Amino acid sequence: MNMQSGAMQSLQATVPITVTIPARRRFYWSLRREFWEYRSLYLAPLAIAALFLCAFLVGEVHASFHMNTSPAVGPIHRPDLFQQSAQSHVVGAYTFAAYVLMAISLIVAIFYCLDTLYGERRDRSILFWKSLPVSDLTSVLAKATIPIVILPLITFVLTVVTQWIMLVLSSGVALVRGENLAGVWGQVPFFQMSLMLFFHLLFIHGFQFAPVYGWLLLISAWAPRAPLLWAVLPPLGIGIAEKLAFNTHYFARMMGYLIGGGPEAIPFTQGKMEIAPLTATAVAKFFAFPGFWVGLAVTALFLAAAVRMRRSREPI
Amino acid sequence: MACIEAHGLRKAFGSTIALDGVDLQVEEGRILGLIGPNGAGKTTALNAILGLIPYQGQLKVLGRDPWTQRDQLMCDVCFISDVAVLPRWLKVAQALDYVSGVHPRFDRAKAESFLARTAISPAARIRQLSKGMVAQLHLALVMAIDASLLVLDEPTLGLDILYRKQFYDSLLNDYFDGNRTILLTTHQVEEIEHVLTDVMFIHRGRIVFNCSLDELESNYFEVFVTPEQLPAARALKPIYEREVFGRTVLLFDHVDRRQLATLGDVRTVGLADLFVAIIGNQAGSANSPGATMKGAAR
Repeated sequence: MNMQSGAMQSLQATVPITVTIPARRRFYWSLRREFWEYRSLYLAPLAIAALFLCAFLVGEVHASFHMNTSPAVGPIHRPDLFQQSAQSHVVGAYTFAAYVLMAISLIVAIFYCLDTLYGERRDRSILFWKSLPVSDLTSVLAKATIPIVILPLITFVLTVVTQWIMLVLSSGVALVRGENLAGVWGQVPFFQMSLMLFFHLLFIHGFQFAPVYGWLLLISAWAPRAPLLWAVLPPLGIGIAEKLAFNTHYFARMMGYLIGGGPEAIPFTQGKMEIAPLTATAVAKFFAFPGFWVGLAVTALFLAAAVRMRRSREPI
Repeated sequence: MACIEAHGLRKAFGSTIALDGVDLQVEEGRILGLIGPNGAGKTTALNAILGLIPYQGQLKVLGRDPWTQRDQLMCDVCFISDVAVLPRWLKVAQALDYVSGVHPRFDRAKAESFLARTAISPAARIRQLSKGMVAQLHLALVMAIDASLLVLDEPTLGLDILYRKQFYDSLLNDYFDGNRTILLTTHQVEEIEHVLTDVMFIHRGRIVFNCSLDELESNYFEVFVTPEQLPAARALKPIYEREVFGRTVLLFDHVDRRQLATLGDVRTVGLADLFVAIIGNQAGSANSPGATMKGAAR
């Protein structure tokens, strides 16, 4: 026994770890590999943004053409009205761009979460990933970071860039028509809009949806097949069973509370995903909202379970 | 110093017992072949050693518990589990980037020099490579890692003979240096015979035979016996008998070679024949659990 432990020590002595790799470097490479695998994470929003910009340009040109050919209506007689409606039209277009990109990033995030831990078991590549010194915790955290942090950031940058390009396009059209650029530039409260967008993405798309992403990742790590069905059917089943058995809808309300938040509790959503004005009190209110902390705790639980699943599940 | 040490290793999947009290000890610097029929527990044993599944019993790999200390263990242990587990969407250059990004003992230049000898282009995606090339790439990645233990589970399954031969040649010539330990399983027993220093047969979750190749050569013989000599030969208690072209081939274990030479042509036994003999006997004696092989399971 003594000899054995002595030999053990000598072996450990002969195996020096020459270079150590800091955990953040492993995390960084784990993130990077997700983008190699899921190119739709940036390609889908990029494609949609490009499509949106084309449509916007066509719309601008069409609108200016339309205004030139029908000079008798509105604007000439009521310049104030024109100013107002044009501003809301322009701001509307900018907000619409943000909505479209957010919707796309949400869809991409959902499908990413459902596939990422399931796909590596299905194609057996998990046996390769597990042969490298990257822990299950690092892998799962990197995968959770994508929808919770990275995708909202991508959406933010892309939306702001898209909005700037829209502004440039509008300016171009205005210049061609010989209009004053100040009219175009003064219509859009850019800074305020970007800031609101940033916080909306961070809080709603990041933190508030985090439990949903956690749940999807857990199902992805566990499901023997068809992760989408496993992710959707059990919560639906519980809700329906509760309704049938007790004619109540506590579970559904709880889900709504988690995902959508209480209608009055979420300062950045007024009812249906409207981007509300940003104030310091609104931010403070968000942090004071117990649902926020409950959501984070639930997310942590789901992710911990996903780590355990990834540890013990075998390739399909 | 034992690189792998297991005592009473057990693993059951529901009511199926995959490992039924495995005891094994693999010394540093050996190349051990773990050979067994389908469903014998080979992969389960390797998965336990690699910390991929929980188990009962005692197991130490490089002095560590593979299940609880897996993350540290993977710095010193490398494995290829099955062919073609490299993700199909990955590019060759990305594979190199990633492994050099996360593995402290990966020598990128070495991997690149291995790859330069193949037809694999760094820009290619793995899905564009043939199965043999994927195996080459995986081997290049693994050989560039300065690991103490390399585990290969059926690394050449489904590859053609050229790739298989090349695989084991590079393993021996470019990787093995006498200090590393290699543990491998395969069905192509004949092809790895010259590679191995030790061999273990596993059957129904138990190690039924464990021997070094040197011991095997000096202790196990096949004798081609004519019908007249058969009774005398049988008196020496052969462990296996088979018919080849009208002559009987008897397999002896620890019987003096000079004595056997009086009975007929004596040859050292091939691993495949020994495997068939021992596993065949095991299958035959399944109903009488007391029957054990002489020289088996040290």
